This record gives sequence, structure tokens and C-alpha cells, in this order.
Amino acid sequence: MEKFTVHTGRALPLRRSNVDTDQIIPAEYLKRITRHGFEDALFAAWRSDPSFVLNDPRYAGVTVLVAGPDFGTGSSREHAVWALQDYGFKVVLSSRFADIFRGNSGKGGLLTALVDQDVVERLWEAVEADPQLEVTVDLVERQVRAGDLVAPFEVDDYVRWRLLEGLDDIGLTLQHADEIAAFEAARPAFKPVTA
Amino acid sequence: MGRTLAEKVWDAHVVRRAEGEPDLLYIDLHLVHEVTSPQAFDGLRAAGRPVRRPDLTLATEDHNVPTFDIDKPIADPISRAQVEALRANAAEFGVPIYSLGSEEQGIVHVVGPQLGLTQPGMTVVCGDSHTSTHGAFGALAFGIGTSEVEHVLATQTLPLKPFKTMAIEIDGPLPSGVTAKDVILRVIAEIGTGGGQGYVLEYRGEAIRALSMEARMTICNMSIEAGARAGLIAPDETTFAYLEGRERAPQGEEWAAAVAYWRTLVTDDDAEFDTVVRIDAATLSPFVTWGTNPGQGVPLSASVPSPDDYADPVDADAARKALEYMGLEARTPMKQIPVDTVFIGSCTNGRIEDLRAAAEVFRGRSVAPGVQALVVPGSVRVRLAAEAEGLDKVFEAAGAEWRNAGCSMCLAMNADKVAPGKRSASTSNRNFEGRQGPGSRTHLVSPQVAAATAVVGRLASPADLDALVDA
Repeated sequence: MEKFTVHTGRALPLRRSNVDTDQIIPAEYLKRITRHGFEDALFAAWRSDPSFVLNDPRYAGVTVLVAGPDFGTGSSREHAVWALQDYGFKVVLSSRFADIFRGNSGKGGLLTALVDQDVVERLWEAVEADPQLEVTVDLVERQVRAGDLVAPFEVDDYVRWRLLEGLDDIGLTLQHADEIAAFEAARPAFKPVTA
Repeated sequence: MGRTLAEKVWDAHVVRRAEGEPDLLYIDLHLVHEVTSPQAFDGLRAAGRPVRRPDLTLATEDHNVPTFDIDKPIADPISRAQVEALRANAAEFGVPIYSLGSEEQGIVHVVGPQLGLTQPGMTVVCGDSHTSTHGAFGALAFGIGTSEVEHVLATQTLPLKPFKTMAIEIDGPLPSGVTAKDVILRVIAEIGTGGGQGYVLEYRGEAIRALSMEARMTICNMSIEAGARAGLIAPDETTFAYLEGRERAPQGEEWAAAVAYWRTLVTDDDAEFDTVVRIDAATLSPFVTWGTNPGQGVPLSASVPSPDDYADPVDADAARKALEYMGLEARTPMKQIPVDTVFIGSCTNGRIEDLRAAAEVFRGRSVAPGVQALVVPGSVRVRLAAEAEGLDKVFEAAGAEWRNAGCSMCLAMNADKVAPGKRSASTSNRNFEGRQGPGSRTHLVSPQVAAATAVVGRLASPADLDALVDA
């Protein structure tokens, strides 16, 4: 996984709450068995509307998504993270994320930065007024900066460390294979097996 | 201080605990399906890693599979490729699989419990958010993403952050005509789609204790719709009676040892929940959604709300967008809303008791003209049980379509879709925009309300049918 330290890019104002993963990527696109190539699927239904903000040419090349509360609710599909990344997003800012989506993002290297709703509103206004405005998301300082706005964001300590180091979770766990084997040996005999 | 049920199950699975790190939890059962697993198996292959415990892993085909012509190759080539990828991966890595055509095939969350694989005190995961279903047995069960699927396949563990605990107390007995689906829809409306974020919910109280295992599964299933990764219910005699004699349940002396352990799986009297939500069961009634998230629900007897009803501008804006998408006017009585499609099935309400309840309403009645009603059993075993009882004949006599097992119209990955702009009453779990097909409009309902709605052609409860006859 690529290391994440500080990212600067332009931002997309998504004025919606409860953006569920069915909106981020409809089920129809989940039939693919690859891990890449989902950029066309991102917000597929909304993108058919020419007035949808992602279709606004002033926001071409954005890398930071600023969304309403309860972003990523619903299905556990990690394709939602892949679609955002394939489109070019590095960061999502919101005042509330769904748990599974947030976990999936951390695994894949997409930063979900938790900010106050007030910060979301100010960012929306700022990037709507000036779509060229650069937004900096600093994982080292846990800070988002845009124009004269400077605000802290929350991120889980462990996820932050893994993102800063670009570490693979499975490799980390397999360092403890002995402990897993010891736990396994002590499991009760009545636990079921599938075959 | 005592511990809650969820904390007890968690503590019993900690492989490793270290300062500043998530706990590493052992996973007792990993269920796999075709949609969220291909990239995980690819990851294993790329790293040269085996599946650590194929004997604690079980695959089935559910999300993509057709519900008719199942003896023929899957018509959609992309769906077929995904199902074939699962079969090849299962064969290569030695994972047991129940494929289309097997008597054990079905929705992953129906298959696990009916085999007796889901047991109290277990940790259960699956690359599907409705894994919370298995919490009905007092298991800690939650949905995971594909990276985590790969992690569990490779290590049989998951690093997990601690959670908070929330008690959902349903006090008193349920009024007649109120189902598990009505309870959970009301809970979600009460705490909101984000209310459970970071929590494991424990459903408690007299109303919950009185529920069957299948009804408990309906409730735990939709915990995710309140934002909670998991929801559970303490095991009791109802749980043990359900499990006893099932194929994968403990047998003989092991049964006694297991039950003795399972009886300890209750929240201690002196344990404290981080949050407690109380609902008086007497205030419950048939409940349905009007909007585009599962928290946007009202009693069936009420009317569509207005954005003006919401003090929070974010909620008001969400309501405005939902009304526009749903094509609804504020203040319209819910029972005046006509539907085009009725779907009875899914991991929420696709078990035998659900089908019996729907059949009871359909018996001697007919689906309204112009309405398509689809009944999709949650598994092949459910289908066979229903056919043995003659329920299929009841559905067909009423003019409903009787299909084969799978996720079907819940998420419309197969050919079963609600047409654009059409409205459905659905026993599934999500009313998101386009969930049941592009442009589809979904009202979440119980099986009883779904069947009555199919008969009337507008949202209705079984009690409304009796009133029609009396009039």
C-alpha cells in the first residue's frame, strides 16, 4: 500500500447526507472480479443527471470529496472504496462515516477524515465559491487547510500509523502466527466445522 | 463490574491484545459468497498464501443467481463469470461450497443458521453487511469488506477496534399484528441510520424474549441499517431448541458442554451499557418506510411526512430529496400509496415463518390486477419446506410467482428487478435509490403487509383486508 502523509488537491462539494454505498457504486457493477476499473461506476445513477456536481467541468480532476453526514452507509462492498480511488479521490471528509465503509477505506489507503459538520459546511461554501481552491489534508498534523480555514480532523491512531507507513494488515497479523496457533489449540471441541 | 453479552463473546476470542493496537480476534465461522470474494482470493494467490482454515469457511452462491431456469447456464455472462470464479476459487483453496442446484444452496445468512453452524458465543463474519443476522443466536457477527475477507481467509483472525454497547429494550408484549420487521423498522426510525455507529446493539426485553429464532434473525439482520455493525440477542431455551439436532450443532456429550457454556452468555445484572434505548411495545404497530433510507419510516396508519417536520436542516433536505425521488407528496396517507411490485424474500424475511405468514394472508385471495408479486425463498431448504406444506400452491393460486432461492430483488443483481419509476413493497432491508433496479422506488414492509399490499394494490395490513370484507 502507498504511504499517505500530506495530500493537496481540489475538492468536490457533495451536498448530500446518507450517501449509501449503493449510490457510490450500484450493485450492477459488483459483478466484475477485478480490483480496478471502477471509475465509470462511481455515483453511476447520479452521473446520468447532467446537473450532478461530478459532471461540472469546474470540478474535473478533484481528489478530495467533501460529503454530508453518514457517508458510506449500507452494503459492505469495498468496491465503493475502489470506485472512489479509481476516480482519483484520495480523501473523503465528512462529519459521520458508516463503520464498515470507514474500515474498508483504511485497508485500501483512502483516508476518511472526520470533521465537524461546521467544517464541512465551510468547505462546501469555499469550494463552491472557488472550485480551484486547493485543500490540504495533512495526516501527520491531523489537519485540513483550505484558504484561511484550518481545522483538525479525527482518524483512528492505528489506521493513521498504517497509512503513514503504508503497511499491509495481513503481513502484520502473520507475525503473530504462533499466538493464533496457540489460541486455536485451546478452542472448545464443540465449536462447529463446515466440512 | 459485570460484562455485557457482546463483551463476553469478544473477550473469549482475543488472540492478542497490545497497547495502541486493535485486538486481534479469532473468527469461528467465515461465510463467503461470489460478490465480495474474488478479489480476496486473487490477493491470496498473488501472495502465495493458503486459506488457513477451510474447515471454518463456507461458500454459497446467492447474490447473482437466477431464481428461474436454474438448471440452465446463468444467462448473464458477467454474473456467470463471477459465480464460476467462486467455484474455481473454492476448488483451488479447498473451501466447501454449496452451488446452485445443491439442496443446501441459498442466501448465506439463511444457510448458516439452518445448518446449525451459527451458534451462541461464536464470532461470525462474511463479506456482507447483513451478517448481523447471526447475532440472533448470541453470536458476535458482522459484515466485512473484501480486504478483511482476504485477511480472515489468510489468518482466521481480524484486528478490530473496541466497540460501545447499546441496549435496545422493548418493554412489554408485542400487540397483535405487530411483527419483528415492524419492531426493527421502528428502532431504526427512532435512533436513525447513524445512531448505532460504533455500537454493538443488544436487543432485550419481554417482547424480544417471546420471539422465535426466525423473528430474532429479522431484527438482528437490520442492525446495520441503524449503523451498527452487529446486533445480538442472548441465547435462551428458544435458541437451544432451535439448534438441537441440527446437522452442524454439537451432538451427545458435546451438546451438554455447549449448552452449559451458552447459558453463561447473558449480560450480567451489574453490567452497564454505554447507551440504553427503551421502546414501549404497546406503542408499536405495522411500520413502513416512505423515503430512501431505512430510517425514513412511519406507522402504516400515518401519512408521508413533510420536510417542514424536521428541525435539523440536514434531515429536512434529505426528506425533500427522498420525496422527490419517491414521487410522493407530503401528507399523503401511506395506505393510499399504490404499488406495482411486491417482493417477499431476502435474508431479512425469506425464511419459512415469513412465507407461512405471507401465505396466510394470500390464502383464498388474489393479487390485485396490474401488481407483480414475487415470492423468493431464502434457501433451497426453505423452498422445499414451503412446498411440502403446500405454500407454493397458495402463492400461485393467488397469482404470485414462486421462485428459486437467492437474494433476488433485494438488490437486483440477477434478472429480478423493479422497473424504472415503479414502486415496490418489499420485505427486504434497503430502500436506497435504485436498490431494486435503476429508478426503483422501495417501501420496506413486513411479509404480512407485503401480502396484504399485493392483494389491495396499495400499502395495506392484513387487518385492512378483514375490514374490506366486513364493509
